[in-house]
Amino acid sequence: MENKAFHHALKIQKEQCIGCSHCMNICPTEAIRVRNGKAELFENRCIDCGECFRVCPVNAIIIEQDDFNKIFQYKHRIALLPAVFSGQFPEEVKTSQIYDVLIDLGFTNVYEVEHGVDLLKESMQKFAENNKESKPLISSFCPAVIRLIQVKFPAMVENIISLHPPLDIAALYYKKKIMDKGVDESDIGIFYVTPCAAKIAAIKSPVGNENSPINGVINMDFIFNKVYTNIRRGNFQAGQNVEKEQLSPEGVLWSLTNGEIDNMEGRCLAIDGVHNVIDFLEKIENEEIKDVDFLELRACDESCAGGVLTTKNRFLTVERLKKRASQYKKNKKGNPQKQILNYYPFLKENICIGKVHPRSMMKLDENMAEAMKKMRRVKEIMKCLPGVDCGACGAPNCQALAEDIVQERAVINHCIFIQKIFEKKGILEWEQSYEIMKEIWGDDKLNRKC
Amino acid sequence: MVMHFEYDIEGGDFSKAGNVSSLLKKTLKQLVGNHKIVKRIVVSMYEAEVNVVAHAYSGKVIIDIDTDKISIQVKDKGPGIEDIEQAMQDGYSTASEKVREMGFGAGMGLSNIKNNSDEFELTSKLGEGTELKIVAYLKNL
Repeated sequence: MENKAFHHALKIQKEQCIGCSHCMNICPTEAIRVRNGKAELFENRCIDCGECFRVCPVNAIIIEQDDFNKIFQYKHRIALLPAVFSGQFPEEVKTSQIYDVLIDLGFTNVYEVEHGVDLLKESMQKFAENNKESKPLISSFCPAVIRLIQVKFPAMVENIISLHPPLDIAALYYKKKIMDKGVDESDIGIFYVTPCAAKIAAIKSPVGNENSPINGVINMDFIFNKVYTNIRRGNFQAGQNVEKEQLSPEGVLWSLTNGEIDNMEGRCLAIDGVHNVIDFLEKIENEEIKDVDFLELRACDESCAGGVLTTKNRFLTVERLKKRASQYKKNKKGNPQKQILNYYPFLKENICIGKVHPRSMMKLDENMAEAMKKMRRVKEIMKCLPGVDCGACGAPNCQALAEDIVQERAVINHCIFIQKIFEKKGILEWEQSYEIMKEIWGDDKLNRKC
Repeated sequence: MVMHFEYDIEGGDFSKAGNVSSLLKKTLKQLVGNHKIVKRIVVSMYEAEVNVVAHAYSGKVIIDIDTDKISIQVKDKGPGIEDIEQAMQDGYSTASEKVREMGFGAGMGLSNIKNNSDEFELTSKLGEGTELKIVAYLKNL
């Protein structure tokens, strides 16, 4: 039950990769190594947080999206936008302009993800009421966090609230709404405009659910460029007749840091940034921190406003969304009853997700006696390694190299310090250590004219 | 085939309280498949560690990991426990105001350790120190 194939949206393009190891050093789950001058990914460790994507200096890491023309396979083409999308644009760009361009580009409907928030909020409160035993409850919002818990904090999977995130609720609703007009399901294409890689992975291989109601994913930076270019050039037909509903202020703020906790009872904490989340979960797991009722954990700094596919500065996005929320708070009168309300019975039936299973990546061996043998060897190897974590071996630190050695993914003379020691002892010729470094870092780096 | 670990704990150093349990957790996650057992052991270790930091002058942790069980001994030099039965009661605490302000000393530590272990033995000599022995069996869940 612990291991199956996982879809990763993050892909390393070998042709572009220069083997600089920036990604290897930042990866929070130590999922990257350098071999033959290229970054390699351990697929079952990757949580799709996208930290590697941020640091790559040559854009060799890409986030695989669906071909935009895939939308035209459907008669009804729905763009599902997260609220942070509207936060990407400068003040002077109006929401109506954004919608007009999206229709121009080929979508038939535009809908915001966070319309699902109002129902979810209620359901989360009820869930918390009925599950007081499994404190702290952890939000299911951020798919990178869910994957992090699965691989690194397996004992915590039971704390995850088993409810769909707003995205799925909005997609379920919109699909059903169109189907109720007599449209065949195969004619409806729901396309999510994603601010991050983890959401793509969650759609292509959902956790705790067989399949996703979303038909395709488009990267936010891609669609932003298209929309903003057309707005700047005035290259769109204004005044398209797009159905538009106003989000609740809570909906506007939901995907930002603190967006969820304000709606939950008891002692609630919001943590953002993947390394902060890891630190915090370590303490929660040891029960060093107790009596927390609810945790909102987000892999990106400033949550979705800091998603790896956003284009605008995260703090400016937060500023714009906060403004939008306070405007909505003031002008309640112009807010007719939302259509989604009629679908609450249907959505409530479908709001739960299945069990999230752990898939720990940390065990040295399935057999404990074997694992203990391996751990002894790791300790022996660590006595030889220098402990400087230089990464010249193609692993992020000495400990990772030692573990790679016992798992037969590396050998001890990958370490440049060991090479020097062996050369002095006469065990290794300099030509041999030169070849070893070439195997790790590729020909190019070791054939330069100096 | 037992793996043996020893660690020292300094009394009064709250900034490092939790270090031993974090190290133990890292080790156990690499060895033990059952994450629920790992969590129980680590929670016990953390409580025991904090007890030493909060009450004793210094302490020693001895951990033995075998394929069927994990044994932990925590020996401290400290004031000792006057009435063990009383100390085991939920909510009973002798922790100072200062310690309580830091979020420790709610008086649940010892019973929490007992609930999370399969064998539990607590002995103490007044004015000398306290010794805690706990065992968790791995085939239990």
